[in-house]
Amino acid sequence: MGITVDIEKCIGCSLCVRACSQSAITVTGKKAVIDLAKCNLCAACVEACKKYRAITITKEVSARAASTADYKNVAVFIEQRDGAVAGVSYEMLGEGRKLADRLGEKLVAVLLGSGMSKQAEDLVKFGADKVVYYDSEKLKNFQDDGYGQLVAEFIGNEKPSIVLAGATAIGRSFVPKVAARVWGGLTADCTKLEIDTEKRLLLGTRPAFGGNLMATIICPHHRPQIATVRHKVMKQAQKNDGRTGEVVVNTVDDACLCIRTKIVNVVKEVESTKNIAEADIIVSGGRGMQDPKNLALLKELAEVLGGAVGASRAAVDAGWIPYAHQVGQTGKTVCPKLYIACGISGSVQHMAGMQSSEYIIAINKDPGADIFQIANLGIVGDALEILPQLTKAFKDQLGK
Amino acid sequence: MNIVVCIKQVPGTTQVKINPDTGTLIRDGVEAIVNPFDEFAIEEALRIKERLGGGTVKVITMGPPQAQEALKSAVALGADEAYLITDRAFAGSDTWATSYTLSLGIKSLGKVDLVICGKQAIDGDTAQVGPGVAEMLGMPFVAWVRKVEEISESQIRVERMMEDGYEVVEMPLPGLITVVKEINVPRMASLKGKMRAKKTTVTTLNAAALKPDMEKIGLKGSPTQVLRSFVPQRKSGGEKVSGETPEMVAKIKNTIMELGVVR
Repeated sequence: MGITVDIEKCIGCSLCVRACSQSAITVTGKKAVIDLAKCNLCAACVEACKKYRAITITKEVSARAASTADYKNVAVFIEQRDGAVAGVSYEMLGEGRKLADRLGEKLVAVLLGSGMSKQAEDLVKFGADKVVYYDSEKLKNFQDDGYGQLVAEFIGNEKPSIVLAGATAIGRSFVPKVAARVWGGLTADCTKLEIDTEKRLLLGTRPAFGGNLMATIICPHHRPQIATVRHKVMKQAQKNDGRTGEVVVNTVDDACLCIRTKIVNVVKEVESTKNIAEADIIVSGGRGMQDPKNLALLKELAEVLGGAVGASRAAVDAGWIPYAHQVGQTGKTVCPKLYIACGISGSVQHMAGMQSSEYIIAINKDPGADIFQIANLGIVGDALEILPQLTKAFKDQLGK
Repeated sequence: MNIVVCIKQVPGTTQVKINPDTGTLIRDGVEAIVNPFDEFAIEEALRIKERLGGGTVKVITMGPPQAQEALKSAVALGADEAYLITDRAFAGSDTWATSYTLSLGIKSLGKVDLVICGKQAIDGDTAQVGPGVAEMLGMPFVAWVRKVEEISESQIRVERMMEDGYEVVEMPLPGLITVVKEINVPRMASLKGKMRAKKTTVTTLNAAALKPDMEKIGLKGSPTQVLRSFVPQRKSGGEKVSGETPEMVAKIKNTIMELGVVR
């Protein structure tokens, strides 16, 4: 078990040395030597050596892992807040349907809530072949314990091969607990999902190192294969009123739910109505906005465009706007269709949070600002002057 | 109150550069640091100890022998004891096996009232180990904590960040929280602290000490594996223009209209 170099195949080209992020490989006597104390088995060298196939990672499998043959179908966790299904869940239904079709399997949706049987039935119209709905007053608000317990129970009953959930505050909180319980493989925050149809495996690709490195993760011998998936990357399922499917309603006996935490208060803090993770358009500002009162200019443009307001860490740290608006490595990662960066110089951390946006417009006075390196359209100019006129131009254009 | 803080040693990624010829990460000369989110966890543990006027703060990590430097930084800040889980048998652990191994390490520390983790590490970015450890320890759990409102020996009340605001949550102790950067501003190490860190002994916990289920550690205990890793195609800059404001406004407006994102 572990990583080995086949010295017959190794030509000492040192491609693996350069690929290694841990500086664990040296070439001695024209052969690669891997320092096992440094190696973290990330497989970057295996990829680098694909021409010569000299490096292999072998793995022994525990006999106690769930038998893969017992698991079938694609399951989607449906997230709800205040009784409304989250947008990301429709994206999961759209993507889940595609994966299920590729495998020739069924799509099963699991919903936890209270008084949502109508919404549960609707999930069939969005592509689910089967919906399992757990109903209890105690499931109205998200709590790790109840959600973790029931989704693990759902996995035990339905034995899905794949489970998808949105990489949201809720999904990324409780899904790891589910994976811990069932000894399943979990890949966080995927931006791409594929199927290896031959091996019937899920391939989840995700960013690491703040987006500087992408990794494709598989879970070959354990089930289920679980992934949380980033917002706005997958296409939402379209409603088809003609679709039919099975809806199972489980009325949960409260006595069986062991929920140890208690929600005392729920406070909405977003200044505009839209949250940045869900928005198609984000108008974002940084230190270059100069004064907190100038953030109103961002808000006005966002309103007329139907977008949300984002901010750099500098603007949040200065106390201009709440943290919920922060984009970047220590804030939220976003990928809207349009990102307008105003007075943002473009730190590595900020760009890690928005560089996968479909189209980026940057407005900055400094022609040397780093943000221009990734902007599709860079405007060297003063955002404070441009923004009000831009808002007015759109108001005229859109008749608002 | 006995508080345990889980930390990770990571490369200082702000300095990570891509080699344009090979397209790989340049790590040469990159200093290893304490994961920034874990610094908030250490700080909050110290503040809780100060608030309650007593208790211990223990820091624990899993990693190669050199990870003890990260533990020493935590001692310099004020942590009382430091524990390093290290063994070749743990190599290749994914987040599942890491959570399992860390939970064994924490169990070996005796009575624990509160476990604090940073929300995620800046290298892997998974945010999975905190909740994983909570589950394996059988503890209640709250993620994304931005404020500890109240704490007693038996209960904690915290604010949990959500996408659109926050929730006030009460949790009985022992329990585990993961913290976000909004929670505090970490202190700097004092000279006295640095001296203490130099002299401190890091306790090593290996597989023989933790007596794990050998099926559940390292590669064998890890359900996931990396199939390949690669450097993404970086967006390259497009057009960069400057000019009079009305001209720029028209340019931006026309570009946005062409994108078809506004109706």
